[in-house]
Amino acid sequence: MAEPLLQLAQLSAGYGLARVINDVSLTLEAGRSLAVLGRNGTGKTTLLNTIIGATRHLGGTIRFEGRDITKLRSDLRARGGIGWVPQERNIFKSLTVEENLTAVAQPGAWDVEAVYRLFPRLKERRGNMGNQLSGGEQQMLAVARALVLNPRLILLDEPTEGLAPIIIEELLAALKRITRDEGLSAIIVEQHAQKILGVTDAAIILDRGAIVHQSTSASLIADPAPLETHLGVTGKKAGVRGGH
Amino acid sequence: MQGTPIDTATRHLAETSRWKPLECAFWLVAFGAIWLLPSHHLILNEIIITALFAMSLDLILGYAGIASLGHAAFFGFGAYFAGIFAILVIGDPLTGLVLAMLASGALGFITSFLVLRGVDLARLMVTLGVALVLGEIANKMTWLTGGADGLQGVMMGPVLGLFEFDLYGRTAYVYSLVVTFLLFLLARRIVVSPFGLSLRTIRDNPLRARAIGIPVNRRLIAVYTLAAAYAGAAGALLAQTTQFVSLDVIALHRSADVLLMLVIGGTGYLYGGFAGAIVFKVLQDVISNWTPQYWTFWIGLILVILVLIGRERMNHQAAVLWARLRGKPEPRPRTIVGGH
Repeated sequence: MAEPLLQLAQLSAGYGLARVINDVSLTLEAGRSLAVLGRNGTGKTTLLNTIIGATRHLGGTIRFEGRDITKLRSDLRARGGIGWVPQERNIFKSLTVEENLTAVAQPGAWDVEAVYRLFPRLKERRGNMGNQLSGGEQQMLAVARALVLNPRLILLDEPTEGLAPIIIEELLAALKRITRDEGLSAIIVEQHAQKILGVTDAAIILDRGAIVHQSTSASLIADPAPLETHLGVTGKKAGVRGGH
Repeated sequence: MQGTPIDTATRHLAETSRWKPLECAFWLVAFGAIWLLPSHHLILNEIIITALFAMSLDLILGYAGIASLGHAAFFGFGAYFAGIFAILVIGDPLTGLVLAMLASGALGFITSFLVLRGVDLARLMVTLGVALVLGEIANKMTWLTGGADGLQGVMMGPVLGLFEFDLYGRTAYVYSLVVTFLLFLLARRIVVSPFGLSLRTIRDNPLRARAIGIPVNRRLIAVYTLAAAYAGAAGALLAQTTQFVSLDVIALHRSADVLLMLVIGGTGYLYGGFAGAIVFKVLQDVISNWTPQYWTFWIGLILVILVLIGRERMNHQAAVLWARLRGKPEPRPRTIVGGH
């Protein structure tokens, strides 16, 4: 039986003395995508930061493609196949769009031209500095920068936050293409379930650093009761709709 | 979707490596000075060596964000190495230069591990400490370095076996200029390569750079080693062209001066060191002729004004004025090579 792409076992982590995520266990198969839902401050971002190696490890293990990466440096995790799109996007402001991509590119299907095809807007702005981009363009660049690493798993932290609805549509379409058509595995942190459940295969809900609900995205769309219970939104308000 | 980062990097290099008219003009003037300013070769030699030294600091400060108050350690080490090599082994300038670069690079590599620990203030102290230690070693090893009396008896052979160093500094300037130009070409290539770009991501945010796959420590070690080799080359050029080395080459003020030159000229675009060295040395020369006692006062005052007004703003205003004079649209702030 093939190893899962990512396996977290009783993972605990935090910052300094603070334990933010506690005993989290989950498995992600290759080619599948997972939505991480939860209210503010429940540990969603910390979970992604822990997978990429930017938090203090307090217990448990992280296995990626069968290999224990719990103690691996974050740059080696990234080079090993985990792409990361941080919440603040963190575009390198003194580099142009193209330089942001060239600085990290690794061999593989996703090269600069491929991400330009995915986000034509970036090609138009290829000579612009990072700080001359709009929020939506910065988010596209952050996703593109993760893609040119040619990862097997991409971690996206609230990719739609603060974006105009039309940009969100464009971004979600790109994410759907990445996960569904290209078969790239993804973990997408999102506060607003309605935006992301149509893109992912499965979902977990975090509360106080622990998983309180785990199911397929389709079942959450069909029965949004867990969203009402844990996120305090009604199914109607959550607006979950099929996207498969 | 097939392609390689090498293709992308090659295209990027080709696009960003194009020479701008201003760059061509700069180097034409620098080489033209060989014939146009024959009576100023000595000061020109000093300026070009200082510019190379400043460029070496720019590689770590402007591109990788490593502040150093002890960069003269490598300059001085290169100078002593080249001087001692000429006395004890052979007076061939190029051999001495290459070996001095390698030796300074090796010293940079060893000390780079100290620089990796801590940031900003800690780095300033560590680099300062390394320079102080080396300075004291040079002072105490009188039998080798000449101590406070300086290293004497440095005799250089002709460059390429053909060009003898002369009293007027012509060979010295041409030699230093050619070496600096070649090292500049290499640095120019490096800073626009993916390696150079990754340095700038580290300068912008080392934690994020690491998390997107950039081996931060390895890159910092590499650029620190390279910068040390460049500084060593500058020191070696000074030793070979003046045929004398004193403790002054490793002193704190030399590290501070080169930092000031980058403040004047700007960091992160390679030419900042050249601009700063020219302004600093010319001011030093002019003001010390005008008022030998108080020239440091005037230099200090000019620096304070420069910092208060802001170099970027002055550069931009000059560019705007130039554009208006030519009837062209006003430019946005920009750089020549990479940088920001």
